[in-house]
Amino acid sequence: MAEIREIEELLRVALPGSEVSVQDMSGGDHLYAHVRAPQFAGMPLLEQHRLVNSAVAHLLGPGLPIHALKIKTEVVQ
Amino acid sequence: MIVTEQQIEQEILDSIAQNRVMLFMKGTPDMPRCGFSAQTVACLRDAGAEFAAMDILPDPRIRQALSARSGWPTIPQLFINGELVGGCDIVTELHESGQLRELVKAAA
Repeated sequence: MAEIREIEELLRVALPGSEVSVQDMSGGDHLYAHVRAPQFAGMPLLEQHRLVNSAVAHLLGPGLPIHALKIKTEVVQ
Repeated sequence: MIVTEQQIEQEILDSIAQNRVMLFMKGTPDMPRCGFSAQTVACLRDAGAEFAAMDILPDPRIRQALSARSGWPTIPQLFINGELVGGCDIVTELHESGQLRELVKAAA
């Protein structure tokens, strides 16, 4: 079980100026993160997702609070 | 048979080097054992990709070695021409935009 607000805050801190929305997709351990960030401009999709993953890396994986993180990234000015 | 971590890592490296389109997944393409893996297989098939796949479930060390190598925390992971393309979300986005078909065609 992961704390949604805490994860949103981690993402906002990692990506200053971003608009972040995290939703529970099932049971609190399958989450959906929608992240709109200025840092994504000109960045390949893979690197955008790496930034999101790395912000929550300590919570993500087998035996950790987040089992699956669906990610949607967008560039925001 | 005892398999060492070095052998597992070598197996992963070899499979990435030897297969232009290589998918690490939970289960097999015909019997995926996770919705994200199933969705990724469906995208690849729909894009006309010929691909090889490795099931990471039989030994937890496969996933550990793979993620340590790729720096990518979740499964599935798709590699094209030795490069990590991404997981289920990225593959799905690339498929929806038509880029996946181009990528696998260029790799063939």
